[in-house]
Parts: sequence; C-alpha cells; structure tokens
Amino acid sequence: MTRTVLNSRKITQRTAFTFLGLATVITVTPVLFIIIYTITKGAGAITWDFLIQFPSQAGREGGILPAIIGTFYLMIGTLVFALPIGVLAGIYLTEYARDNWLTRLINLAIVNLAGVPSIVFGLFGLSVFVLTFHFGLSLLAASLTLAAQALAMVITTSREAILAVPREFREGSLAIGVTKWQTVRHIVLPQAMPGIITGAVLAISRAAGETAPILVVGAAFLLPKLPQSPLDQFMALPYYLYTVATQVPNMPEGTIWGIALVLLIVVLSFDVLAAAIRIKTRQRK
Amino acid sequence: MNIKLNVPDISARPTDKCVTKLKAERVNLYYGSFQCLRNITLDIPSCSITAIIGPSGCGKSSLLRLFNRMNDLIHGVRVEGNVELDGTPIYDPKIDVAELRKRVGMVFQKPNPFPMSVFENVAYGPKRHGIKSRGELEEIVEKSLRHAALWDEVKDKLSQSGLSISGGQQQRLCIARVLAVEPEVILMDEPCSALDPVATLKIEDLMRSLAEDYTIIIVTHNMQQAARVSDTAAFMMMEPDRAGVLVEYGPTAQLFTNPKDKRTEDYITGRFG
Repeated sequence: MTRTVLNSRKITQRTAFTFLGLATVITVTPVLFIIIYTITKGAGAITWDFLIQFPSQAGREGGILPAIIGTFYLMIGTLVFALPIGVLAGIYLTEYARDNWLTRLINLAIVNLAGVPSIVFGLFGLSVFVLTFHFGLSLLAASLTLAAQALAMVITTSREAILAVPREFREGSLAIGVTKWQTVRHIVLPQAMPGIITGAVLAISRAAGETAPILVVGAAFLLPKLPQSPLDQFMALPYYLYTVATQVPNMPEGTIWGIALVLLIVVLSFDVLAAAIRIKTRQRK
Repeated sequence: MNIKLNVPDISARPTDKCVTKLKAERVNLYYGSFQCLRNITLDIPSCSITAIIGPSGCGKSSLLRLFNRMNDLIHGVRVEGNVELDGTPIYDPKIDVAELRKRVGMVFQKPNPFPMSVFENVAYGPKRHGIKSRGELEEIVEKSLRHAALWDEVKDKLSQSGLSISGGQQQRLCIARVLAVEPEVILMDEPCSALDPVATLKIEDLMRSLAEDYTIIIVTHNMQQAARVSDTAAFMMMEPDRAGVLVEYGPTAQLFTNPKDKRTEDYITGRFG
C-alpha cells in the first residue's frame, strides 16, 4: 500500500513539473520568436552605411543615423532629469519621511504613476513643458516627459535598494556620532548604488522604446540635420519606425525590420548591462 | 543556596576617583502605548564597568540605548524623566545628538563592521568628524587597533575587507572603530553573544583594560560574564505588564553573593530566567 502511495505521489510530482515547465516554455517562446524573427528579417539591412548615413527618399534609402543619435540624446536627457530627482526622492522617502498617511499616499501615488498610460504622459508633457514652460516641440520637452514617466521606476528601485542596506550598518555609523546625512552619504548610498544604477538603466532602456509620449512633444519623422540644442526637434528610432512602417508607400520591408533590430539591440543591450551590474554586485557580496 | 562565582574584588579598584558619569532619574520609556521601562533611577560611575543583567525582554537594551539616544531611531518612542551625562540633560532639545553619540559610543550584539577595509572601518569615524590628514588617520587607526588588542592580528591586512576577519576580530574591530572617535563612555549590547568562548575571553580582557580610561556599560545575559568583568551590576525584571523595572543595583560582589532582593537571588541562583 505504501508503494502505491509513493507511486501516486511521484506521478503527481511529475505532472506538476511538466505543467510548470510547459508554462515556462510558453512564456519564453514568443520572446525568442520575436528576437529571431527580427534578426532574420532585419539583419540583411544593417550595414555600416545604414548606421552612419542620413535617410533619403523618405527613408527608403540611406541610413538611420539621426534617429539613433536622437534616441541616445533622449536616453541621456531622461537619465539627467530622472536619476538625481528619483534618487533624492527615494532617499527622502526611506530615510527622512515619517511613516504617516501622507507618506503612504505618496508611495501609493508613485506605484500608480508607473501604471499611467504613456500617451497620458505625452499629453502632460505637451501641456506643461511644451506650452506652459515654452520649451516648444524639443528634445528638452521630450526628455522631461520621458523622465516624468521614468521617475516612478527610478524612485521605486532606489527605495528598494536603500531599504536593502542592513540596519546594522546605519546603526554602527550613527552610534559613533556620525550624522544621519553623513551616514546616508557614506554608508547607505555606496551600498545601494548598484541597485539604483540597475533601476536607472532599466528605466532609460524603457524610455528609449517609448513612441507615444514623444510623438506629441517633439519627435519629427525626418529632419535634415542633427539637433543642435536641447530646444531643437529630433528624430527617434521608435517614432521613425512607426512612420516608415505605416506612412511611407513602397518602403522596403528589410529596412523596416533593420530599424526594428537596431531599436531592439539598443534596448536589450541596456537590459543586459543592468543584469550584468546586478550579477557583478551579487558576486562581490 | 549560593552558587560559587568568581567575583572580582572591588576593594582593589580605584573607586575613590570615580564620579557619577551618567545618571538616570525616574525614567519611563514608551514605545507607542507600550511602556518598556518604568521608574528607572541609577547613577553610573566613571572609570568602571557596569553590567545590566536580567531575563530576556526586560528592557536591558532599551535602558542601554537610553544613554546614547539610539532609541530615538524607533518610531513612536517617548522618554519621561531625566538622563544626564556629566550633569547635562541629554534629552534637552538643544542637545546635538551626533555630538552626544561621539562621546557615548556603542558596540552591538552582532559584529557589524562596514563593508570596507579594516583601515577604513576605523578611519571612518575620525574622517566624518573632520580629520583629513592621511598621517593623522594612520596614527589614529594604529592607536585604536592597538587599544582594541587587534593590531598584531590585522596589521598586515589593513587593506582587506573588515568582513573577511573572524567574528571575534570583527567585534574588536567594531570596538576600535568606537575608540577612534575618542568617546568617554562605551555602551556594549551583549557584545559576546555571537562569539565563541575564546573570543569572548579576549573581549572581556579588553573590557577590563579599557575600564581604566572609559566608562563602560555592558548588557549581558551571561551572569558569569557580569560577575567576571563588572564592578557594579544592575538587575532588571519585567513587571506583569511587561514594563522593565530596576530590581537591584549595587556593587557586583554584593549583588552576586548577598543580594538584598529575593528576586535577584532567585535569578542569579538559576531558579528562573
């Protein structure tokens, strides 16, 4: 009898493992499929000239240099605004803010900020940065808009990284007469930095892929030259890809997939960078 | 029944030059609505070791943390009564808490060296207090490590991580880190509870040698340790509502050989706790 119980338990276990494995395969397959499909379709279009030339014939010929540069500018702009503000807010919320209903409300708002549809951020940017602050349709307005969207993630990951620093380290520092700010600056932040950087990198890689918000705050389909100042309009990979794929007749399919592949590489390389930082710091501990 | 304990002969100690270093008067401590300490009054003499003993949860650590205001870190804490360091009330709103903690340093239950080199661990405090000269820092680090009886063991690995040395060494490193900011009082919260017996003895020897220059208060649940190292001992207990009270306070020898209170006697003879 014991034997049958054992057998039936073994069968249950095997069934469970099978279903869990199947679920994993189902999850991973589309991701792999998208990546492989994009590479197969787009790799042919990617040449050196494709990366360093301006587009011509409405994008049917030439390269995509201004869109790549524009996307990099956007990532830098997002980082410049979102990282310091996000980290400082994260520090304030974890180290200084009292645990009361207002703080809890703010935390709830930050979590929900991440769920706001990106086109809403776009409209917010249009009304606040473009029109009210008179930044116009510009790289600056777009960076601020994407930064506003990235803030939720930067604050959340900063908070988590800061909270993960053991209390013992803070106490050891405070117990020898080191001030709270010095403790944050010299003990907490260095410990939390890898986590904060990981979050920031993921946030800007997400910003790089956004199409909807930049659509309304300054992305242009085609521009004859690179942006000369933050107040200029710009081209960006996702918006350029959207336009050539939907608006340009007789667009070579290979070129479309080539743009998609470049965008995918930009975004994924930042994700890989984030993962590398995480793995490296985990090994150090 | 009296158990035989190795009680130090306090008459041999230079008690005549001791003054009251710390004073608590009718102190009540609350965490929110929970009262953790009730009506605590005691004077801690300088240049000596005071042990706080008692069963788990009786508020020993809370009493210890009263003296460097570490309880302040807990949300909803409230202190009533008067606590003084050299006659100055330390719960005065005008008191600079960082300055107080520089004078009243603390060593914790679990060794907590910072994740940085041995040298940087010790230099950390002086650096934050404004010492920049490399030479001066090196001097302080060596002096503090020697004082903490650790120099000979780590002088060749000053650049190694403070987390790479043994537990006992880590705890002495934490003591050196406190000594480096030149405190007057050192609070120790069960400093040996995470250590093996050999490392424990080393820390105890170190405490005895430090007692010549510093006022030391140690919380311990190890009564033999209290008997071995302390000059004065305070026995605490919980009241039925879980608030900690001071049952008996006096010279260690007296507390252990001739306790005045029945509860102290019951505790030290192992009838409960």
